[in-house]
Amino acid sequence: MFDRIKEKLEILADAAKYDVSCSSSGSKRSNKNKGLGNSDGMGICHSYTEDGRCVSLLKILLTNYCIFDCAYCVTRRSNDIKRAAFKVQEVVDLTINFYRRNYIEGLFLSSGIFKDADFTMERLIKVAKKLRLEENFNGYIHLKSIPGASDELMYEAGLYADRLSVNIEIPTVSGLKKLAPEKDHADFIKPMEKVKNEIIQYKSEKKLIKNTPKYAPAGQSTQMIVGATGESDREIMLSANHYYTNYNMKRVYYSGYVPIRSDPRLPSLGSQVPMLRENRLYQTDWLMRFYGFNVNELLNQQFPNLDVEVDPKLSWALRNPQHFPVDINRAEKETLLRIPGVGLKSVSKILNARKYRKLNHDHLKAIGVSLNRAKYFIICDSRGWETRDLGSAKIKSLILRNSVGKFRKEYSSQLSLF
Amino acid sequence: MQATASLNYDGTFNGLLTCIFLSYEEKLEVIAINPPDANKGDFFSEILEVITDKSKANRVLKAFKSYVSARGANSVYNAYLSEEPGIELEILKYFQYTFKHKNNVDGDFTNPHVLKIAQTAKKVRREKHRMEAFVRFQLTKDNIYFATIAPDFNVLPLINKHFTSRYSDQHWIIYDTTRKFGLYYDLHKTEIISFDFSINTDKAEANQYIFNDFEMDFQELWKKYFEATTIRSRINTRLHHQHLPKRYWKYLIEKNPLHN
Repeated sequence: MFDRIKEKLEILADAAKYDVSCSSSGSKRSNKNKGLGNSDGMGICHSYTEDGRCVSLLKILLTNYCIFDCAYCVTRRSNDIKRAAFKVQEVVDLTINFYRRNYIEGLFLSSGIFKDADFTMERLIKVAKKLRLEENFNGYIHLKSIPGASDELMYEAGLYADRLSVNIEIPTVSGLKKLAPEKDHADFIKPMEKVKNEIIQYKSEKKLIKNTPKYAPAGQSTQMIVGATGESDREIMLSANHYYTNYNMKRVYYSGYVPIRSDPRLPSLGSQVPMLRENRLYQTDWLMRFYGFNVNELLNQQFPNLDVEVDPKLSWALRNPQHFPVDINRAEKETLLRIPGVGLKSVSKILNARKYRKLNHDHLKAIGVSLNRAKYFIICDSRGWETRDLGSAKIKSLILRNSVGKFRKEYSSQLSLF
Repeated sequence: MQATASLNYDGTFNGLLTCIFLSYEEKLEVIAINPPDANKGDFFSEILEVITDKSKANRVLKAFKSYVSARGANSVYNAYLSEEPGIELEILKYFQYTFKHKNNVDGDFTNPHVLKIAQTAKKVRREKHRMEAFVRFQLTKDNIYFATIAPDFNVLPLINKHFTSRYSDQHWIIYDTTRKFGLYYDLHKTEIISFDFSINTDKAEANQYIFNDFEMDFQELWKKYFEATTIRSRINTRLHHQHLPKRYWKYLIEKNPLHN
């Protein structure tokens, strides 16, 4: 019996791995009445795959049978691969047994679409419901919202899941038409809209009635494939920004396209996964969400694509020298956050430490500020600072010359001699 | 001139607090505070054996807590759990700095002792988080979920709460093989246990005898899952090792060959 499960697990974990979401934090489900598990704190990465991604949830498809034929997807119906399907009870047993051994934080369940959207969604809900009601399971559950699923089902899903997500996959409507002609953009939006409204309603009802049943306490997220169609970074981030502001997304994930087939509409097999671009997009995403940047400051008509050589914050600072230098000992938090080489943690340490005395070069270094970038943009309580007016191009070349970057080899334009 | 002294204490947190109490009471200039098994190579100062006194310890702690934030107090305790040589003296300096200023110095990162305590506490908290992640239970024949760990720092006291609230409907043991004690949860409460630990987990024969019949099947399923979820075209060994340092692999079923 374990052999069959093993085979299914291999097929259905392999098919689910291109979904990058692994977050298991942000929920508020504590363990009551001696049940199993809790998910009220921070997320935990229980392991890491050899590609360096976190393994936090048992991430599987319920089945990889699918009625759709989307060009970018491994489980599309025209692809000749092994197919399998889990029974509801099998997924429940796997989840519980892995959880009890402290392998995972919970379950991430997605599925190919068999028969129709509602039929598939119903099955996913059945698993979550069984875990919550029969097994008294308080671990994390992330369910996929199946595009086109009915409002009633989306409501029910939110009662048992901590997070719901629909993968928008292709950032633009035109791109979707090209690669997934059978799918309708509106079908993606519908469950997203429903979940958003339910969460808003839950939050307002919760204020009046304390025991309102929880609804998707960890919110919803989405994912976009990067580099499958020809979008610019600006188009991708504008689209991400749209989902953050209009659908209250907790996260937008960016997944560099991994070539899986030869198709004239897609990058050819064997082409590089755009990992550096993915990295720059995440940096931009962070700047938007935690550093108070507006998407238009980082990407606009003049700069539709991110600079590969330097990070987006440094790139912004180089384009806007009029905001610098910043006085470390006087500036507001919002201004400190915009200094290249100074992160969230350094800012909070600076704000704390400068109450006691003026900070100098050595203090900043001990605190953890990345001075090789920051030094061109700040004033602090030390002499011997960069006082020359260097100009952006000079600063950039100095920083590049005096630092190492993990992606440097991928874009180095310098000729190597050997 | 103040008398200089090296203090020997019993290694407990209360013992350390008693040392701090004594340094004030006797007006000592303390140059070292040593736990039982430390290297004591100083011939030039007086060596005092400090006997832990809970009421003295509480007095120091109470005074300290009246100045510092909860975060500061936690940092000191966490730094103590690091068991790093010399951390006791850093803690003493932190107390002295607090008492001198009669104020919370928690955020004063320009003071080397405050920064040292904050950084050490951070290392300990990281290890705590790692243990919450990397513990792998194996189900025994008598239905106890059993795990051994050998963490860099003494984090068992810190992970107790997490595991007790998470696995409240199963028996479990987490045993620290370096420090030779463990936690045992019996469905009601978690207790500190220590026993002569002579189980050799490497032997397939012994495992068959100790562990539940299906235990190996689940371990194999987990290994299969771990392999299947890796994306081959994105292999990044450096990142893998950075997140999953090799010294932790010994706990991880997915990084080791199966026992049988």
